Amino acid sequence: MTGSEQAGFLTTRIGEAIGWARKNSIFQYPFVTACCGMEYMATACSHYDVDRFGAGLPRFSPRQADVLFVVGTISHKLAPVLKKIYEQMAEPKWVVSFGVCTCTGGFYDNYATVMGIDTLIPVDIYIPGCPPRPEYVLDGLIKLQKKMQAQHANGQRPSPETRPEMVP
Amino acid sequence: MSTTSLIQAVEKKFPDAIQASHAYRGDATVFVRPECLLDLARALRDDRAFQMNLLVDLTAVDFSSFGSQSQVAFFTPSGVTARPAQEIPDEDPWPGPPDTRFVIVYHFFSLSLKHRLRLEVPVGEADAEVDSITSLWAGADWLEREVWDMFGVRFRGHPNLKRILMYEKFVGHPLRKDYPVNKRQPLVGPVN
Repeated sequence: MTGSEQAGFLTTRIGEAIGWARKNSIFQYPFVTACCGMEYMATACSHYDVDRFGAGLPRFSPRQADVLFVVGTISHKLAPVLKKIYEQMAEPKWVVSFGVCTCTGGFYDNYATVMGIDTLIPVDIYIPGCPPRPEYVLDGLIKLQKKMQAQHANGQRPSPETRPEMVP
Repeated sequence: MSTTSLIQAVEKKFPDAIQASHAYRGDATVFVRPECLLDLARALRDDRAFQMNLLVDLTAVDFSSFGSQSQVAFFTPSGVTARPAQEIPDEDPWPGPPDTRFVIVYHFFSLSLKHRLRLEVPVGEADAEVDSITSLWAGADWLEREVWDMFGVRFRGHPNLKRILMYEKFVGHPLRKDYPVNKRQPLVGPVN
Protein backbone atom coordinates (compact mmCIF):
# COMPACT_ATOMS: atom_id res chain seq x y z
CA MET A 1 0.00 0.00 0.00
CA THR A 2 2.99 2.29 0.15
CA GLY A 3 2.65 5.19 -2.21
CA SER A 4 -0.96 4.39 -3.12
CA GLU A 5 -2.22 7.44 -1.20
CA GLN A 6 -0.34 9.63 -3.62
CA ALA A 7 -1.38 7.67 -6.74
CA GLY A 8 -5.09 7.73 -5.87
CA PHE A 9 -7.17 4.54 -5.93
CA LEU A 10 -10.70 3.32 -5.55
CA THR A 11 -12.07 0.32 -3.73
CA THR A 12 -15.32 -1.45 -4.61
CA ARG A 13 -16.85 -4.88 -4.72
CA ILE A 14 -16.70 -6.82 -7.94
CA GLY A 15 -20.47 -7.31 -8.08
CA GLU A 16 -21.18 -3.63 -7.72
CA ALA A 17 -18.57 -2.79 -10.33
CA ILE A 18 -20.14 -5.18 -12.80
CA GLY A 19 -23.61 -3.84 -12.04
CA TRP A 20 -22.39 -0.27 -12.51
CA ALA A 21 -20.79 -1.18 -15.84
CA ARG A 22 -23.88 -3.00 -17.08
CA LYS A 23 -26.41 -0.37 -16.15
CA ASN A 24 -24.41 2.35 -17.88
CA SER A 25 -23.86 0.51 -21.14
CA ILE A 26 -27.32 -0.71 -22.07
CA PHE A 27 -27.34 -2.24 -25.53
CA GLN A 28 -31.00 -2.37 -26.44
CA TYR A 29 -32.84 -4.28 -29.10
CA PRO A 30 -35.85 -2.20 -30.22
CA PHE A 31 -38.62 -4.60 -31.20
CA VAL A 32 -40.79 -1.88 -32.74
CA THR A 33 -44.14 -2.93 -34.16
CA ALA A 34 -46.50 0.03 -33.90
CA CYS A 35 -47.08 3.71 -33.17
CA CYS A 36 -45.16 3.61 -29.86
CA GLY A 37 -42.10 3.47 -32.09
CA MET A 38 -42.46 7.19 -32.78
CA GLU A 39 -42.28 7.97 -29.08
CA TYR A 40 -39.35 5.60 -28.75
CA MET A 41 -37.55 7.53 -31.50
CA ALA A 42 -38.41 10.85 -29.81
CA THR A 43 -36.88 9.55 -26.61
CA ALA A 44 -33.82 8.21 -28.35
CA CYS A 45 -33.07 11.41 -30.29
CA SER A 46 -31.16 14.43 -29.10
CA HIS A 47 -33.88 16.28 -27.20
CA TYR A 48 -34.38 13.58 -24.56
CA ASP A 49 -31.20 11.70 -25.42
CA VAL A 50 -31.07 8.23 -23.90
CA ASP A 51 -27.33 8.34 -24.49
CA ARG A 52 -27.12 10.21 -21.16
CA PHE A 53 -27.97 6.88 -19.57
CA GLY A 54 -25.60 4.87 -21.72
CA ALA A 55 -28.46 3.45 -23.77
CA GLY A 56 -27.71 5.31 -26.98
CA LEU A 57 -26.61 2.45 -29.16
CA PRO A 58 -29.44 0.17 -30.28
CA ARG A 59 -28.23 -3.14 -31.63
CA PHE A 60 -30.32 -4.66 -34.39
CA SER A 61 -29.25 -8.16 -33.55
CA PRO A 62 -30.63 -9.86 -30.44
CA ARG A 63 -27.29 -11.61 -29.93
CA GLN A 64 -25.57 -8.27 -29.32
CA ALA A 65 -28.28 -6.81 -27.09
CA ASP A 66 -28.99 -7.14 -23.40
CA VAL A 67 -32.25 -5.20 -23.05
CA LEU A 68 -35.24 -6.07 -25.21
CA PHE A 69 -37.53 -3.07 -25.77
CA VAL A 70 -40.90 -4.38 -26.93
CA VAL A 71 -42.47 -1.28 -28.46
CA GLY A 72 -45.98 -1.64 -29.83
CA THR A 73 -48.85 -4.07 -30.12
CA ILE A 74 -47.95 -7.75 -30.39
CA SER A 75 -50.36 -9.91 -32.35
CA HIS A 76 -50.76 -13.64 -32.00
CA LYS A 77 -49.19 -14.02 -35.43
CA LEU A 78 -46.08 -12.19 -34.25
CA ALA A 79 -45.86 -13.83 -30.82
CA PRO A 80 -43.61 -16.75 -31.90
CA VAL A 81 -41.17 -14.25 -33.44
CA LEU A 82 -40.97 -12.22 -30.22
CA LYS A 83 -40.36 -15.37 -28.19
CA LYS A 84 -37.63 -16.46 -30.57
CA ILE A 85 -35.93 -13.04 -30.41
CA TYR A 86 -36.00 -13.23 -26.62
CA GLU A 87 -34.49 -16.70 -26.64
CA GLN A 88 -31.73 -15.59 -29.00
CA MET A 89 -30.50 -12.96 -26.55
CA ALA A 90 -27.56 -13.91 -24.38
CA GLU A 91 -27.78 -13.79 -20.56
CA PRO A 92 -27.94 -11.54 -18.67
CA LYS A 93 -30.96 -9.98 -20.37
CA TRP A 94 -33.81 -7.71 -19.41
CA VAL A 95 -37.15 -6.94 -21.03
CA VAL A 96 -38.89 -3.57 -21.10
CA SER A 97 -42.58 -3.52 -21.96
CA PHE A 98 -43.07 -0.19 -23.74
CA GLY A 99 -46.63 1.07 -24.11
CA VAL A 100 -49.90 -0.16 -22.72
CA CYS A 101 -50.46 -2.66 -25.56
CA THR A 102 -47.40 -4.65 -24.55
CA CYS A 103 -48.28 -4.34 -20.85
CA THR A 104 -51.89 -5.54 -20.97
CA GLY A 105 -53.13 -5.54 -24.54
CA GLY A 106 -54.32 -1.97 -24.08
CA PHE A 107 -57.68 -1.17 -25.58
CA TYR A 108 -57.52 -4.18 -27.87
CA ASP A 109 -59.72 -7.07 -26.87
CA ASN A 110 -60.06 -9.14 -30.00
CA TYR A 111 -58.97 -12.20 -31.96
CA ALA A 112 -55.63 -10.76 -33.01
CA THR A 113 -53.89 -9.19 -30.00
CA VAL A 114 -51.76 -10.74 -27.27
CA MET A 115 -53.05 -9.48 -23.91
CA GLY A 116 -49.68 -8.45 -22.54
CA ILE A 117 -46.27 -9.81 -23.51
CA ASP A 118 -45.75 -11.12 -19.97
CA THR A 119 -47.91 -14.04 -21.04
CA LEU A 120 -45.08 -14.96 -23.41
CA ILE A 121 -41.80 -13.78 -21.89
CA PRO A 122 -40.73 -12.42 -18.48
CA VAL A 123 -40.86 -8.63 -18.19
CA ASP A 124 -38.67 -6.49 -15.92
CA ILE A 125 -40.06 -2.98 -16.41
CA TYR A 126 -43.53 -1.91 -17.53
CA ILE A 127 -43.89 1.54 -19.10
CA PRO A 128 -47.63 2.01 -19.74
CA GLY A 129 -49.07 4.86 -21.75
CA CYS A 130 -50.62 5.24 -25.15
CA PRO A 131 -47.94 6.08 -26.07
CA PRO A 132 -45.84 6.81 -22.97
CA ARG A 133 -44.30 10.27 -22.87
CA PRO A 134 -40.50 10.42 -23.14
CA GLU A 135 -40.33 11.34 -19.45
CA TYR A 136 -42.09 8.07 -18.59
CA VAL A 137 -39.61 6.18 -20.74
CA LEU A 138 -36.64 7.83 -19.07
CA ASP A 139 -38.19 7.09 -15.67
CA GLY A 140 -38.56 3.45 -16.69
CA LEU A 141 -35.00 3.39 -17.92
CA ILE A 142 -33.71 4.75 -14.60
CA LYS A 143 -35.78 2.16 -12.73
CA LEU A 144 -34.29 -0.51 -14.95
CA GLN A 145 -30.80 0.76 -14.14
CA LYS A 146 -31.55 0.56 -10.42
CA LYS A 147 -32.78 -2.96 -10.91
CA MET A 148 -29.65 -3.93 -12.82
CA GLN A 149 -27.44 -2.44 -10.11
CA ALA A 150 -29.38 -4.13 -7.29
CA GLN A 151 -29.23 -7.51 -8.97
CA HIS A 152 -25.46 -7.54 -9.03
CA ALA A 153 -24.90 -5.83 -5.69
CA ASN A 154 -26.35 -8.78 -3.82
CA GLY A 155 -24.82 -11.30 -6.18
CA GLN A 156 -28.00 -12.87 -7.48
CA ARG A 157 -30.57 -11.98 -10.02
CA PRO A 158 -34.15 -11.99 -8.79
CA SER A 159 -36.62 -13.74 -10.99
CA PRO A 160 -38.33 -11.30 -13.33
CA GLU A 161 -41.88 -10.30 -12.70
CA THR A 162 -44.39 -12.61 -14.26
CA ARG A 163 -48.11 -12.43 -14.25
CA PRO A 164 -49.87 -14.97 -11.99
CA GLU A 165 -51.49 -17.90 -13.76
CA MET A 166 -54.89 -16.92 -15.09
CA VAL A 167 -57.85 -19.20 -14.73
CA PRO A 168 -59.69 -19.36 -18.04
CA MET B 1 -70.44 11.57 -65.47
CA SER B 2 -72.66 12.68 -62.63
CA THR B 3 -73.91 10.23 -60.02
CA THR B 4 -77.39 9.79 -61.44
CA SER B 5 -76.33 9.68 -65.07
CA LEU B 6 -73.69 7.07 -64.20
CA ILE B 7 -76.32 4.84 -62.61
CA GLN B 8 -78.62 5.37 -65.59
CA ALA B 9 -75.85 4.49 -68.05
CA VAL B 10 -75.01 1.27 -66.19
CA GLU B 11 -78.67 0.33 -65.94
CA LYS B 12 -79.19 1.01 -69.64
CA LYS B 13 -76.24 -1.13 -70.62
CA PHE B 14 -77.03 -4.02 -68.25
CA PRO B 15 -80.79 -3.95 -67.59
CA ASP B 16 -80.85 -7.54 -66.32
CA ALA B 17 -77.76 -7.35 -64.10
CA ILE B 18 -78.84 -4.49 -61.86
CA GLN B 19 -81.14 -5.37 -58.97
CA ALA B 20 -81.34 -1.93 -57.40
CA SER B 21 -79.41 1.27 -57.09
CA HIS B 22 -79.09 4.31 -54.91
CA ALA B 23 -77.09 7.49 -54.65
CA TYR B 24 -76.04 9.17 -51.45
CA ARG B 25 -74.07 12.39 -51.23
CA GLY B 26 -72.44 11.96 -54.61
CA ASP B 27 -71.67 8.28 -54.30
CA ALA B 28 -73.42 5.98 -56.75
CA THR B 29 -74.17 2.39 -55.78
CA VAL B 30 -75.57 -0.39 -57.93
CA PHE B 31 -76.59 -3.82 -56.67
CA VAL B 32 -75.46 -6.49 -59.13
CA ARG B 33 -76.50 -10.10 -59.56
CA PRO B 34 -73.50 -12.36 -58.81
CA GLU B 35 -73.67 -14.15 -62.16
CA CYS B 36 -73.37 -10.86 -64.06
CA LEU B 37 -70.45 -9.46 -62.07
CA LEU B 38 -67.60 -10.37 -64.42
CA ASP B 39 -69.30 -9.07 -67.56
CA LEU B 40 -70.34 -5.87 -65.86
CA ALA B 41 -66.91 -5.29 -64.33
CA ARG B 42 -65.19 -5.88 -67.67
CA ALA B 43 -67.50 -3.39 -69.36
CA LEU B 44 -66.86 -0.84 -66.61
CA ARG B 45 -63.15 -1.15 -67.20
CA ASP B 46 -63.12 -1.24 -71.01
CA ASP B 47 -66.12 0.84 -72.07
CA ARG B 48 -65.11 4.34 -73.16
CA ALA B 49 -68.07 5.80 -71.31
CA PHE B 50 -66.92 4.40 -67.94
CA GLN B 51 -63.12 3.82 -68.04
CA MET B 52 -63.00 2.52 -64.47
CA ASN B 53 -59.29 1.77 -64.50
CA LEU B 54 -58.77 1.87 -60.73
CA LEU B 55 -60.10 -0.64 -58.21
CA VAL B 56 -60.05 1.48 -55.07
CA ASP B 57 -61.24 -1.12 -52.61
CA LEU B 58 -62.86 -4.50 -52.35
CA THR B 59 -64.44 -5.60 -49.10
CA ALA B 60 -67.46 -7.36 -47.68
CA VAL B 61 -70.25 -6.83 -45.17
CA ASP B 62 -71.84 -9.49 -42.97
CA PHE B 63 -75.52 -8.64 -42.58
CA SER B 64 -76.38 -11.62 -40.37
CA SER B 65 -76.96 -9.53 -37.26
CA PHE B 66 -78.11 -6.39 -39.05
CA GLY B 67 -80.93 -4.61 -37.27
CA SER B 68 -80.78 -6.84 -34.20
CA GLN B 69 -79.37 -4.02 -32.12
CA SER B 70 -80.99 -0.64 -31.77
CA GLN B 71 -79.16 2.14 -33.53
CA VAL B 72 -76.88 4.12 -31.26
CA ALA B 73 -77.41 7.83 -31.35
CA PHE B 74 -74.30 9.95 -31.46
CA PHE B 75 -73.61 13.31 -29.92
CA THR B 76 -72.95 16.46 -31.85
CA PRO B 77 -70.56 19.09 -30.46
CA SER B 78 -73.55 21.06 -29.16
CA GLY B 79 -74.47 18.10 -26.97
CA VAL B 80 -77.65 17.33 -28.89
CA THR B 81 -78.18 13.75 -29.98
CA ALA B 82 -78.64 13.34 -33.68
CA ARG B 83 -79.09 10.57 -36.16
CA PRO B 84 -77.62 10.86 -39.62
CA ALA B 85 -80.85 9.88 -41.37
CA GLN B 86 -82.70 12.77 -39.77
CA GLU B 87 -79.97 15.25 -40.45
CA ILE B 88 -79.38 14.57 -44.12
CA PRO B 89 -82.39 14.06 -46.35
CA ASP B 90 -81.94 10.99 -48.52
CA GLU B 91 -83.66 11.56 -51.83
CA ASP B 92 -82.65 8.23 -53.31
CA PRO B 93 -82.97 5.99 -50.28
CA TRP B 94 -81.03 2.84 -49.53
CA PRO B 95 -83.11 -0.17 -50.59
CA GLY B 96 -82.43 -1.90 -47.28
CA PRO B 97 -80.44 -4.95 -46.23
CA PRO B 98 -80.15 -7.79 -48.74
CA ASP B 99 -81.83 -11.17 -48.49
CA THR B 100 -78.45 -12.86 -48.42
CA ARG B 101 -75.97 -12.94 -45.57
CA PHE B 102 -72.98 -11.27 -47.25
CA VAL B 103 -72.51 -8.39 -49.63
CA ILE B 104 -69.22 -8.00 -51.51
CA VAL B 105 -68.47 -4.33 -52.11
CA TYR B 106 -66.37 -3.03 -55.00
CA HIS B 107 -65.28 0.57 -55.25
CA PHE B 108 -64.22 1.71 -58.71
CA PHE B 109 -62.77 5.01 -59.82
CA SER B 110 -61.96 6.39 -63.23
CA LEU B 111 -58.72 8.34 -63.23
CA SER B 112 -59.45 9.90 -66.60
CA LEU B 113 -63.15 10.71 -66.16
CA LYS B 114 -63.01 11.35 -62.38
CA HIS B 115 -66.13 9.46 -61.47
CA ARG B 116 -66.61 6.64 -59.03
CA LEU B 117 -69.05 3.77 -58.68
CA ARG B 118 -69.74 1.22 -55.99
CA LEU B 119 -70.89 -2.28 -56.88
CA GLU B 120 -72.57 -4.44 -54.26
CA VAL B 121 -72.95 -8.14 -54.95
CA PRO B 122 -75.12 -10.22 -52.60
CA VAL B 123 -73.67 -13.61 -51.67
CA GLY B 124 -75.46 -16.31 -49.74
CA GLU B 125 -74.10 -18.18 -46.75
CA ALA B 126 -74.26 -21.74 -48.09
CA ASP B 127 -72.58 -20.97 -51.41
CA ALA B 128 -70.37 -18.11 -50.27
CA GLU B 129 -68.58 -17.83 -53.58
CA VAL B 130 -68.29 -15.12 -56.20
CA ASP B 131 -66.27 -14.69 -59.38
CA SER B 132 -62.77 -13.34 -58.91
CA ILE B 133 -61.92 -10.12 -60.75
CA THR B 134 -58.15 -10.66 -60.53
CA SER B 135 -58.15 -11.24 -64.30
CA LEU B 136 -59.37 -7.66 -64.77
CA TRP B 137 -57.63 -5.78 -61.93
CA ALA B 138 -54.47 -7.46 -60.66
CA GLY B 139 -54.79 -5.41 -57.47
CA ALA B 140 -57.85 -7.44 -56.52
CA ASP B 141 -55.57 -10.37 -55.63
CA TRP B 142 -54.73 -9.41 -52.06
CA LEU B 143 -58.08 -7.70 -51.47
CA GLU B 144 -59.93 -10.91 -52.33
CA ARG B 145 -57.56 -12.87 -50.12
CA GLU B 146 -58.40 -10.50 -47.28
CA VAL B 147 -62.13 -10.98 -47.82
CA TRP B 148 -61.59 -14.76 -47.82
CA ASP B 149 -59.52 -14.53 -44.66
CA MET B 150 -61.89 -12.26 -42.74
CA PHE B 151 -65.30 -13.34 -44.05
CA GLY B 152 -64.81 -16.78 -45.59
CA VAL B 153 -66.16 -15.86 -49.01
CA ARG B 154 -64.38 -17.78 -51.75
CA PHE B 155 -63.47 -16.28 -55.12
CA ARG B 156 -63.90 -18.47 -58.18
CA GLY B 157 -60.81 -18.38 -60.39
CA HIS B 158 -58.49 -16.68 -57.91
CA PRO B 159 -54.87 -17.78 -58.54
CA ASN B 160 -53.76 -18.04 -54.90
CA LEU B 161 -56.69 -17.94 -52.50
CA LYS B 162 -55.11 -18.34 -49.05
CA ARG B 163 -55.10 -16.37 -45.82
CA ILE B 164 -53.31 -13.02 -45.96
CA LEU B 165 -53.68 -11.48 -42.48
CA MET B 166 -54.21 -14.42 -40.15
CA TYR B 167 -51.91 -17.41 -39.83
CA GLU B 168 -52.60 -20.72 -41.54
CA LYS B 169 -53.49 -22.47 -38.26
CA PHE B 170 -56.27 -19.97 -37.56
CA VAL B 171 -59.70 -21.59 -37.61
CA GLY B 172 -62.70 -19.60 -38.76
CA HIS B 173 -63.12 -16.11 -40.13
CA PRO B 174 -62.89 -13.40 -37.47
CA LEU B 175 -65.02 -10.65 -39.05
CA ARG B 176 -68.05 -12.90 -39.38
CA LYS B 177 -70.63 -11.72 -36.90
CA ASP B 178 -70.92 -15.20 -35.39
CA TYR B 179 -67.20 -15.34 -34.53
CA PRO B 180 -67.04 -14.85 -30.72
CA VAL B 181 -65.53 -11.47 -29.99
CA ASN B 182 -63.30 -12.85 -27.22
CA LYS B 183 -62.22 -16.06 -28.95
CA ARG B 184 -58.45 -16.29 -29.31
CA GLN B 185 -56.25 -18.84 -31.04
CA PRO B 186 -52.67 -18.12 -29.91
CA LEU B 187 -49.76 -19.83 -31.59
CA VAL B 188 -47.66 -19.65 -28.39
CA GLY B 189 -48.61 -18.75 -24.84
CA PRO B 190 -51.87 -19.13 -22.97
CA VAL B 191 -55.34 -18.40 -24.30
CA ASN B 192 -55.71 -15.03 -22.66
